[in-house]
Amino acid sequence: MQQGAFSRLADWSSRRPWLWSFVGAGVIFLATIAFTSGKGGADVLAAALTFASFYVIVGIGQMFVITTGPGNVDLSIPANIALAGAVAMKVMDGSNVMILPGLAAVAGVGLAIGCFNFALIRILSIPPIIATLSASFLVQSTAIAYGRGLRIKPPPLFAELATGRLLGVPILAIMALVVAAVMAVVLRRTVYGRSVLAIGQNARAAGLAGIRVERVRFATYVLSAVFASLCGALLAGFSGGASLNMGEEFLLASIAVVVIGGTSVAGGFSNVPGIWGASLFLYLLVTMLNTFGVGAGVRLILTGLIIIAVIALSGGRRAGRG
Amino acid sequence: MSAFVPSPRLVRAALPALSLAALLVAIWFVQPRAISYFGFNLMLNLAMPIAFATIAQLCVITVNDLDLSIGAFVSFVACVGATWLNETPLLGAVVLLGAVAVYALIGALIHLRNLPSIVVTLGMSFFWLGCSVLLLPSPGGSVPAWLAALVKFRTPFVPFAILVSAALALIVHVGLMRSAWGAILRGAGGNPAAVARAGWSLLRTKVTMFALAGVFGVLSGLSLVGLTTSADANIAIRYTLLSIAGVILGGGEFVGGRVSPVGAVLGAMTLTLAGSLLSFLRISPDWQIGAQGAILIVVLALRALVNRLERRR
Repeated sequence: MQQGAFSRLADWSSRRPWLWSFVGAGVIFLATIAFTSGKGGADVLAAALTFASFYVIVGIGQMFVITTGPGNVDLSIPANIALAGAVAMKVMDGSNVMILPGLAAVAGVGLAIGCFNFALIRILSIPPIIATLSASFLVQSTAIAYGRGLRIKPPPLFAELATGRLLGVPILAIMALVVAAVMAVVLRRTVYGRSVLAIGQNARAAGLAGIRVERVRFATYVLSAVFASLCGALLAGFSGGASLNMGEEFLLASIAVVVIGGTSVAGGFSNVPGIWGASLFLYLLVTMLNTFGVGAGVRLILTGLIIIAVIALSGGRRAGRG
Repeated sequence: MSAFVPSPRLVRAALPALSLAALLVAIWFVQPRAISYFGFNLMLNLAMPIAFATIAQLCVITVNDLDLSIGAFVSFVACVGATWLNETPLLGAVVLLGAVAVYALIGALIHLRNLPSIVVTLGMSFFWLGCSVLLLPSPGGSVPAWLAALVKFRTPFVPFAILVSAALALIVHVGLMRSAWGAILRGAGGNPAAVARAGWSLLRTKVTMFALAGVFGVLSGLSLVGLTTSADANIAIRYTLLSIAGVILGGGEFVGGRVSPVGAVLGAMTLTLAGSLLSFLRISPDWQIGAQGAILIVVLALRALVNRLERRR
């Protein structure tokens, strides 16, 4: 009897690979709260929701790219964020009226970077890792040249959007939740989302079944780049201006949240809820280490080791080359 | 007529050398005085550590993995070189050996658990960065005198950096491309199943290649800190991307164990010299990484063209 219940539980959780990221986030949250004996729990949670939102937005784009199969990954995200942040601040120029044109310009940046990435992959048949890497070199240089000495504050309304709260919940988190819900439906219920999954499982079979493989991959790289650009704009709004190294941490973060969230690096199997769980986990981990009062060095070491431990334990089911 | 058209294979093999030659011609055209002993000594000053890091990356790419932690690792070695290796040489040496062992361990972990190397090595990049920050919270330190003297050694006629790079390319070429062991190591990247069926341990090949990557990473860090004489935790962060670019520029393929040590060293030199050309052209250093990206794209485009011609035959 007990055996049956246990194996049913194991079966239930194995169909929900995202469960573990939420369990991990919960455990870390409780450990942090226990350390401060309950003080500041709500603040920690609000901050976690805000910072996790950035990870979520970027992570969803990265997840779609990784889902399209082994070797697919978008390394241009950090450079993209830096450029998009600078473009957003320059176009908006601190005025509320220019917020929408600014966001349109940012989406244009994402679109251009996505198209460029895919052009390198498709026309020059460069492996995606190298293609997005060399594209990121160019984007990074553009961001440096364009954004040097940029000291423009975000428009008040835009800053409010990025930092404000609605009924105690960060507006940003609500937006990210909506985006995640929409993208979960896109992944599971639309022709595009199912095509992405099919291509990741077997690109050849998907092609023979009539899926326009290259068109879907094109859309996926553009999607990832546009999400990263929007995240760059929001990040600039949140931190009161764009900075050039704003996107640095998102290279690891975007890949880590996808993997910790239970998405297969080999492609073809992914889920959106895990991105939220993993993003909360990643941010709460740093908060916990800060609360415990460890220095920057120890924090970096533990962050690295815990990420490795998580993926070593969750295992590389039919994992290929990442 | 067709007898004079070189085979695509030859063109592909010559591409790294041709890119470097094209770059040298461009430099000579812009600044003829740079093409001299002193000019090369200055321009290729930092080619040595970059070449070592590129070969480290090549070892990992040979077995179908990718090392995103090499930049952080080289920085860590530089920090050890500027602190412990100077103050307590024995401890420094033990730590560096231990670091190589960690690299081997990572190779074993990736193989045994069948993990995606880019995630594991991204995690390791945090680990090494954290170690560096603990060791050297602010830039500084000083290197042992012997190390500084060694890397600044002035050889007659040909700058030391070129001699070391040539020797490195030759040794790795013989070891990896011409020896029986090298064939197995590359085979583990080309067709792991076949190598395993033939009775070789894939675990051992992976551990070997990661350990070698660690050794070359140590050499890179030591030669870098010997040149700069002080270190900081972020000193070589950009080597991660630079080393991958060098391997690919040099004709390496991403999968299948198809690599070229000579090409990789030439690729590293091309990327190093690209910076010099830009400064001779008075182009802002802002565009330096952009230019490296552009070189990468142009060379890969040429290679794609050669491959397409080959298929047409």
